[in-house]
Amino acid sequence: MDSFVQAPTASGAAVQGTTGQDSAAERPAPAPATASSAGAAPAGRDLRLDLFRGLALWLIFLDHVPNNIVAWFTIRNYGFSDATEIFIFISGYTAAFVYGRAMISRGFVVAGARILKRAWQIYVAHIFLFAIYIAEISYVASSFENPLYVEEMNALDFLKQPEITIIQALLLKFKPVNMDVLPLYIVLLLLFPLVLWLLIRNASIALAASVALYVMTWEFGWNIPSYPSGHWYFNPFAWQLLFVFGAWCALGGAGRLAAALRSPVTMWLAIGYLAFGFAVTLTWHFPRLAVFVPHWLSEWMYPIDKTNLDVLRFVHFLALAALTVRFVPRDWPALQLKWLQPAIICGQHSLEIFCLGVFLAFAAHFVMVEYYGGLHIQVLLSLAGIVIMIGVAHLISWYKRVEGRGSGSSKKPPDADLAGGEA
Amino acid sequence: MSMWTAVGRAVAVAALVLCTAGARAQVADSCAVPGYLLFGDSLLQRVNAAVAKDKTLKIVVLGGTSSTLPGPDGAAFAYPARLEAALSHRLPDVKVTVTAVTKPRQSADEMAGNIDNLLLDPKPVLMIWQTGTYDAVHGTDPEEFRAAVADGVERLQAGGADVVLMNMQYSPRTESVVAIGAYADGIRWVAREREVPVFDRLAIMRYWYEAGQFDLYAKTKDMKVAKGVHDCIGRELAALIIDAAHLEARDEAAPK
Repeated sequence: MDSFVQAPTASGAAVQGTTGQDSAAERPAPAPATASSAGAAPAGRDLRLDLFRGLALWLIFLDHVPNNIVAWFTIRNYGFSDATEIFIFISGYTAAFVYGRAMISRGFVVAGARILKRAWQIYVAHIFLFAIYIAEISYVASSFENPLYVEEMNALDFLKQPEITIIQALLLKFKPVNMDVLPLYIVLLLLFPLVLWLLIRNASIALAASVALYVMTWEFGWNIPSYPSGHWYFNPFAWQLLFVFGAWCALGGAGRLAAALRSPVTMWLAIGYLAFGFAVTLTWHFPRLAVFVPHWLSEWMYPIDKTNLDVLRFVHFLALAALTVRFVPRDWPALQLKWLQPAIICGQHSLEIFCLGVFLAFAAHFVMVEYYGGLHIQVLLSLAGIVIMIGVAHLISWYKRVEGRGSGSSKKPPDADLAGGEA
Repeated sequence: MSMWTAVGRAVAVAALVLCTAGARAQVADSCAVPGYLLFGDSLLQRVNAAVAKDKTLKIVVLGGTSSTLPGPDGAAFAYPARLEAALSHRLPDVKVTVTAVTKPRQSADEMAGNIDNLLLDPKPVLMIWQTGTYDAVHGTDPEEFRAAVADGVERLQAGGADVVLMNMQYSPRTESVVAIGAYADGIRWVAREREVPVFDRLAIMRYWYEAGQFDLYAKTKDMKVAKGVHDCIGRELAALIIDAAHLEARDEAAPK
């Protein structure tokens, strides 16, 4: 596990598309990221992060296509946690990795400014997606009058008051379906300069503070209000735990956990918990099986709260991560295989590909509404969506490579794109 | 035999085949859903007792707009009326009444506030509580929604009535506008906690759509699909009640 915290170097950058940031990557590794297995094979970027974030992006896309048979393959149907946990954890990890180095070498202000710039980019991306969403919804609303769905059509009432809806969307309080992750991400990044500063000063205190905030959120029911009523679907005060935990791992925490992760006890606990999660999720899909869940257990266990990152979900993610780290070593040969590259390259451009995925999910829904929503169309649209995501990821890589060459070796500020994709 | 005669015969044969196929589809139960979507382990004991003792079954449907159909004859074709017809047909010696108490734009919380009144009058032995759509549309906090449903179910049970919960319709066109998942989960969890049957309208309508029974994507002002769906909901709801209350019932041979 200690290799998990190594800094990437240009020499080992095995993946195309990073040349634009090589100037940044050549800087010496900062203190917290000191390679403890130095002298081994040249340390490349940790492709596992890219791989699993890429896979998570595909799964999020598949889950976002409404009524999609292919979504049965996604992990949310086989346990408590889903791709969102993977995405947020890896995002925290890479954010700390990238901006942590910047903060050590350039100081709090510069690194903080870069983090805020990133938050701004994500905000702009979110508003862009909102525009597309409104376009799709307006179309659906204008072409639909079915006496069966009079009540559901009330959901489109917000279109009648664009002045309120748009302002609420700009304030991140209006929450279109499936567009909850980016606002969460924005808030997490807004707070990240301080979190990162603390993580570098004293990682344990930072993690403890994060856990304390999580516990207090559960205790006092903190969340951000949304429009027209209710709260944010992903409560940032709860989900920050996963993000900060990812950051903590990137800044040396993973090394501290190495011994625990190597222990067979951990492995069997993780396997046992995943089996338990699988058995419980089975009873959701087959209600008849619910009798096998004892009453005291369901009393204690339900509801499993996604909004506030239920402990059951968090532990489920930890179990998955522990097994992944154990069985997929950093130098896993398969990471170099051709057929894994599409996922890796998607993971390296996560913001673009995430937004594209949200858009493609809207587009797929549109096709299903306008033409036909049968099974083979669902499969076809799912596959087409993933192919488009891969294609665009390649295009972005190519563009960044070309841009990188054009600007020569001039010192570009390292944006978040190195080290396992963007933060 | 001229070519036109041959064509005419082919057309006649084809028409005949189509008609028999159509007739067969009519005979087979067009509303059928797999048992696991419909039947659970929660019992309706008060329904069972009332039917055994008084040969009456007084039901209230408490719901929102999706428990109604628009138009002057909408009420006659909406599922509460269809439920009454289906139950009366299958329980010929029981006096079945179904009263629909439906108001548009009511949250689960507001509906739960009305429950005590309904328990006094018309004093049903079974309440079918359809909720969730307005809350999902309005964006009520899912946790508050769940608490409201739990509160209502508790009141009903304390007030001496059995409960069947009904969740939202499957509405593919509005899937990217309304996120209903958390609300459907809320209903499911309350049902499990309080041991109450759920009529999983969401999964059942989705099954009908996928089986090709109803085209729920269609943009149409025509009432045909809407009436068909409500008729099927009424019949399957009757089947659920009969199963969960362990009633002796006649087979469901299309009550027309």
